[in-house]
Amino acid sequence: MTPPPLPATDPIWGRLSLNAIPLHEPILIATFGAVVLGGLVMLALITKYRLWGWLWREWFTTVDHKKIGIMYMILGLVMFLRGFADAIMMRLQQAMAFGGSEGYLNAHHYDQIFTAHGVIMIFFVAMPFITGLMNYIVPLQIGARDVSFPFLNNFSFWMTTAGAVLVMVSLFVGEFAQTGWLAYPPLSGIAYSPNVGVDYYIWALQIAGVGTTLSGINLIVTILKLRAPGMGLMKMPVFTWTSLCANILIVASFPVLTAVLALLGLDRYAGTNFFTNDFGGSPMMYVNLIWIWGHPEVYILILPLFGVFSEVTSTFSGKRLFGYTSMVYATVCITILSYLVWLHHFFTMGSGASVNSFFGITTMVISIPTGAKLFNWLFTMYRGRIRFDLPMMWTIAFMLTFVVGGMTGVLLAVPPADFVLHNSLFLIAHFHNVIIGGVLFGLFAAINYWWPKAFGFKLDVFWGKVSFWCWVVGFWLAFMPLYILGLMGVTRRMRVFDDPSLQIWFVVAGIGAAIIAVGILAMLIQFAVSIWKRDQLRETSGDPWNGRTLEWATSSPPPDYNFAFTPVIHDLDAWHDMKRRGAERPLTGFRDIHMPSNTGAGIILAGISTVLGFALIWHIWWLAGLSLISLIGGAIVHSFNYKRDFHIPAATVAEVEDKRTRQLSAAGA
Amino acid sequence: MNTATLARDDAPVRFYELDEHPHPEGHSTMLGFWIYLMSDCLIFAILFACYAVLGGNFAAGPGPRDLFDLDLIALNTAMLLFSSITYGFAMLSMQRNRLRQTQIWLGVTGLFGLAFLSIELYEFQHLIHVGATPQRSAFLSAFFTLVGTHGLHVTFGLVWLVTLIVQLGRHGLIAANRRRVACLSMFWHFLDVVWIGVFTLVYLMGMLR
Repeated sequence: MTPPPLPATDPIWGRLSLNAIPLHEPILIATFGAVVLGGLVMLALITKYRLWGWLWREWFTTVDHKKIGIMYMILGLVMFLRGFADAIMMRLQQAMAFGGSEGYLNAHHYDQIFTAHGVIMIFFVAMPFITGLMNYIVPLQIGARDVSFPFLNNFSFWMTTAGAVLVMVSLFVGEFAQTGWLAYPPLSGIAYSPNVGVDYYIWALQIAGVGTTLSGINLIVTILKLRAPGMGLMKMPVFTWTSLCANILIVASFPVLTAVLALLGLDRYAGTNFFTNDFGGSPMMYVNLIWIWGHPEVYILILPLFGVFSEVTSTFSGKRLFGYTSMVYATVCITILSYLVWLHHFFTMGSGASVNSFFGITTMVISIPTGAKLFNWLFTMYRGRIRFDLPMMWTIAFMLTFVVGGMTGVLLAVPPADFVLHNSLFLIAHFHNVIIGGVLFGLFAAINYWWPKAFGFKLDVFWGKVSFWCWVVGFWLAFMPLYILGLMGVTRRMRVFDDPSLQIWFVVAGIGAAIIAVGILAMLIQFAVSIWKRDQLRETSGDPWNGRTLEWATSSPPPDYNFAFTPVIHDLDAWHDMKRRGAERPLTGFRDIHMPSNTGAGIILAGISTVLGFALIWHIWWLAGLSLISLIGGAIVHSFNYKRDFHIPAATVAEVEDKRTRQLSAAGA
Repeated sequence: MNTATLARDDAPVRFYELDEHPHPEGHSTMLGFWIYLMSDCLIFAILFACYAVLGGNFAAGPGPRDLFDLDLIALNTAMLLFSSITYGFAMLSMQRNRLRQTQIWLGVTGLFGLAFLSIELYEFQHLIHVGATPQRSAFLSAFFTLVGTHGLHVTFGLVWLVTLIVQLGRHGLIAANRRRVACLSMFWHFLDVVWIGVFTLVYLMGMLR
């Protein structure tokens, strides 16, 4: 059922009216009720235990890269649950809608779900996860005290959150886009999507995009400028290298997304003709531009995880990484090549054989550096003393899964094959194969690997293994049927099916998704059990895995200033080198440490941006003008604040470090 | 400098920096701002690309030859180029630690910027008046967006300029303010470079179409 048409623009409320609340959708109303109830309980608990001041001072206004990293991870996790709810709804619908059955989702609702699933999983799950990870780990790995621009870091996080908030609001006020996750025009143009869905899409991504671009700049400068003495570029840990490349890709591609969404916005708001069918507009221009962002984007997601796998493989094999130099060059090659392949997303556009061949070949060429990486990991494991802890298990699952995803990718890179497989479920299976098998498995490896660093206790192994096996088995069960269906010609984004012989595959895929759901549940239980039993799982050495890089040189969790004395680097795997040569922690002579101060400016400016986005979506012009003016005014006021730092006194540093000394000697005794 | 530790190798190896000199405040701001400018440059690159692809799609409407007045644009370009020169004078004054002079040159820069914007707005108003609106054709959509985005940047630069003059008045030529003046300088010259592209690709080559 499509929603009632929008009212004419009201001077006060714009297009907003009570009709915007989807009362005709029982699923949404129930969800809304649950969210409101849960939200109220949470607010009540925070108020009851008087946590507001603590939250504001210690978390919301923090400029500490570690806390911001953790907040990014929490944002990613929350949005992941939402995105997965969308996934399981789609699986259920497709398993049901056979033999004349319409399933349980109407077309309007179903189209929003597949759009929201894609948008949320890429922009508000994968991106916050990897940004959080890089934020937390990179400064520690290079021996820095914080990032180069701590305030911008806080601001970036809140802008990303503001985008996520807008997407969540669209669930209960109005609707989300029904266009697919990249919102191709002319479907996403005002003529075919006159409602607010695409506007939610545009403004959520624009606001979050500001945050992503700024955090990309921040991390590049941090890596280039704040490395500890002695750490030349070719002595950087591989994770830092892959983060550097991923952030370069962010800065070199997100402006393209910003520009192309702005143009789509102009088409919708101002009636321009960039991507329309008439007056000289060209919808294919949009498709080209958005994939010039979109293909680098998938490497933004995977590169940092390649770094994670490198760290994990070498740590848990007890060996230096095989082929460090080739790993770095492979990463840089992938970074460059990722800009030369965008057209493979639309071979069927009709660019002709030569153009398609060029892009087909560049696409296949990418598999060479990627393959080199895989051999490096395998050779690192070869004759190593492999410890099968959870991070290593996820890494091995990744290697097996990702290779299959990579090979189906090479199949799709052959233009004639792509003419058959374009937009089919084969494609869906391929990119889930690499994103789940690569990005998500990598994130889970990273979470299990670095959790003890962030919180000072290890994660529970039993529930970790339950989660691992459910995820791996569930993944294969959920996506192999889609390969088969795709080969049989089933296209993506279908709501109902006629051919009853297909149903069994969708049922199998649905069972797979259910097993993944158990895996997610087991992971949540793993977190809860670990927090519950944190005293038994306590890890006081700061180096639980016999690590090799600098983040393991400090305590877990690290002090606010990370390192009382900046380490000096002599070798790759700096911490391993320090242990090997018996480096001793200095116990005296502490100095005052210069640190950035917390500020509320980030959350306030991002809050105003959220209001601005909402006002623009609903054409509430007076509110949009007001919030734009206060946004600029707020930024100016903030620029008048010149006192942005303070010193941690040497006495405090000494106190913290003495505690650590006692802790270490207790652990050693 | 102290040595913190000894090693199995003969020579003592230093593993921690005991006598540490913190990074000077804002030591990476210029690099960060430069990278930001490059990201902004990409936005312009996309707008230029759109203009290059869509710029010939007149949809039976007016084209560049019917619309552009090169004399006016030459005047406009001169305003912006002069503003870049005067910003250079502001930088020179700053290096000689002359606060008042720096502020005055920044003010002059702002006036040239304002003149540029006024001429641009006049041009836009004239085009819309003769029916060449952004909605008329893809060519005009791309034209207004490219030139307008540049104009928006100049507007933003002006707001920043005024703020900076006030901040200079309050705190003088302290390190933080010097850094800000230098950043705005990069921003301002960057807009000048972009305008050279606009002038060439849109106006000069437009007259040849």
